Amino acid sequence: MTTNNYTDQSSVEIKGRFGRFGGQFVPETLMTALQELDEVYDKVKNDESFQKELRYYLKNYVGRETPLYFAERLTNTIGGAKIYLKREDLNHTGAHKINNALGQALLAKRMGKKKIVAETGAGQHGVATATACALLNLECIVYMGAEDVKRQALNVFRMELLGTKVVAVDKGSATLKDAVNEALRHWVTNIEDTHYILGSAMGPHPFPTIVRDFQRVIGDETRSQILEIENRLPNAVVACVGGGSNSIGMFYPFIKDKEVALYGVEAAGKGIETGQHAAAIQGGQTGVLHGAFMYLLQDENGFVQEAHSISAGLDYPGVGPEHCLLHESGRATYGTVTDDEALEGVKLLSRTEGILPALESAHAIHFAANLAKTMASDDILVICLSGRGDKDVHTISAALGGDLA
Amino acid sequence: MSQLKQAILSVTAAGDKAFVPYIMAGDGGLDKLQPTILKLQELGVTAIEVGIPFTDPVADGPTIERAGERALANGTTLRKVLETLTGFADQITIPLVAMTYLNPILAYGVEKFAHDAKQAGIRGVIIPDMPLEESGIVHPALKNAEIALIQLVSLTSTPERIERLTKASEGFIYAVTVNGITGARSSFAGSLDDHFKRIQTYTDTPVLAGFGISAPEHVKNFGSFCSGVIVGSKIVDSLANGDWDIIEELVKASKASAVK
Repeated sequence: MTTNNYTDQSSVEIKGRFGRFGGQFVPETLMTALQELDEVYDKVKNDESFQKELRYYLKNYVGRETPLYFAERLTNTIGGAKIYLKREDLNHTGAHKINNALGQALLAKRMGKKKIVAETGAGQHGVATATACALLNLECIVYMGAEDVKRQALNVFRMELLGTKVVAVDKGSATLKDAVNEALRHWVTNIEDTHYILGSAMGPHPFPTIVRDFQRVIGDETRSQILEIENRLPNAVVACVGGGSNSIGMFYPFIKDKEVALYGVEAAGKGIETGQHAAAIQGGQTGVLHGAFMYLLQDENGFVQEAHSISAGLDYPGVGPEHCLLHESGRATYGTVTDDEALEGVKLLSRTEGILPALESAHAIHFAANLAKTMASDDILVICLSGRGDKDVHTISAALGGDLA
Repeated sequence: MSQLKQAILSVTAAGDKAFVPYIMAGDGGLDKLQPTILKLQELGVTAIEVGIPFTDPVADGPTIERAGERALANGTTLRKVLETLTGFADQITIPLVAMTYLNPILAYGVEKFAHDAKQAGIRGVIIPDMPLEESGIVHPALKNAEIALIQLVSLTSTPERIERLTKASEGFIYAVTVNGITGARSSFAGSLDDHFKRIQTYTDTPVLAGFGISAPEHVKNFGSFCSGVIVGSKIVDSLANGDWDIIEELVKASKASAVK
């Protein structure tokens, strides 16, 4: 595995802080558990037997490594940079979420915790966590906004089949942020025997670090694959950003490679100007929610505002602290893509490559298509295809005026 | 010594226990805030914890969360609460303690909050999503305004943490009596006695018990091994129902006459 050390202050992590972002803004009852998690994780990440076990499951159970695929028809259709797709959609359970869920479930076993709590938005992290818990014989409870339970009935059923208890949260806006609130409350109340598997590179330290480390396999593989195929690094890397786990996993191993431009794509929903979006970096201000100081959608009173995106996986009012730093330091560039543009991205990839992308990933596709046009034909662009779109066909059908549902 | 600590110590010196009710500002409308505070003051409470509603109250159970949702629906904000309190601050003789999540303070501006809170009669602040390690973000401004920053100590806090928390806490120490969120409970773990004794060994700052305390016998029991109690959900419910008799009974249980 390639290891990179940050070489400058623009992207360095110091004790749970990414510049001025991150931290541990949680109730006192959680502090001891977070410190325990921090200590155990510090040991485990350098423990060869743990890493060997993780690699075993990633290879034989998840199906890694995933291909880095040259999208030739897409490249020719757009005209510009050579486009490669990192195929996280081919993972078991259909997205990158399993990398982290499995890693943290193994970590929970090391801590002697037999019970797991998790939050989920669309249900992808919930399904990944339910899957890892079934595999490792852990008891699992997943909190999900009542609105999302209705919209994602299929994923609720999948989790239940896997033996997980799904609890609908009807408080607040009854979406992902409220599911996180409820999962945190459950964790506070059951702290002694329960581990919280947070699904994105957000929340209090050490979660942003742990999730990034379990997702960096995406970038590590991409880096060695592109060197093998093209014998050079890509000019640009593009990934979608909700909480930011697939993107930070993809970016992290490239951060010190200054010649590689990093692009994160946030969900602009119905347009930033409408206020109905999920673009925390582009349309939010700094604040504290769910344990971290980060960019946050909020009003002038500091009340958190609901996010909006056609893609439930990007529908979160905050963004991981490491992305906040990469934005502030200028190491990564963040752009936005609307709901309608994401649907164009779905159609584009489906028709040129026969790959139906998740709505989340379609944001990256659309952004990358525009970017590739501005690049030279011998430039290389890599898109993180974070998940497959089977889960979204009802949403896509409805948005395109169909009546599949 | 902070005014808050002084108020509690003078109650315990007289043989009574401190009684601090929690109310959700704006529940039932902000015009209820003045009569509620003045009536609680008249009943002889030691201080009043004034809750500021927030969209994402992760440390609160269903009773206070719903009260917060009602207050938000009424348009309650930190700014409006401070303005309302300032309007009758001259009638308030006991210390007020603001209980607010961190983000509304950051949005308001930390310095401005400290200044305006002092004008409003706020003498202590509890921020449930800001542990000691993160308190540098607001502590200097509060210190300037002579507002006590109260630390919570939980059952899961390690002995080393308990020592640091108790030494850092100003006004009083908020000892959380359960693992979990706010809300009424019928029973508590058996080992609380020792836990409270340990907390009190590090400091002369009074220790108040909170979370789950909902009956006069809880008030008496906890009073036997700490300086007093904070009662939240039960007060919030009783106020919403206009049930002042229950509140009077709870306050009475903190008086020396009730213990005898």
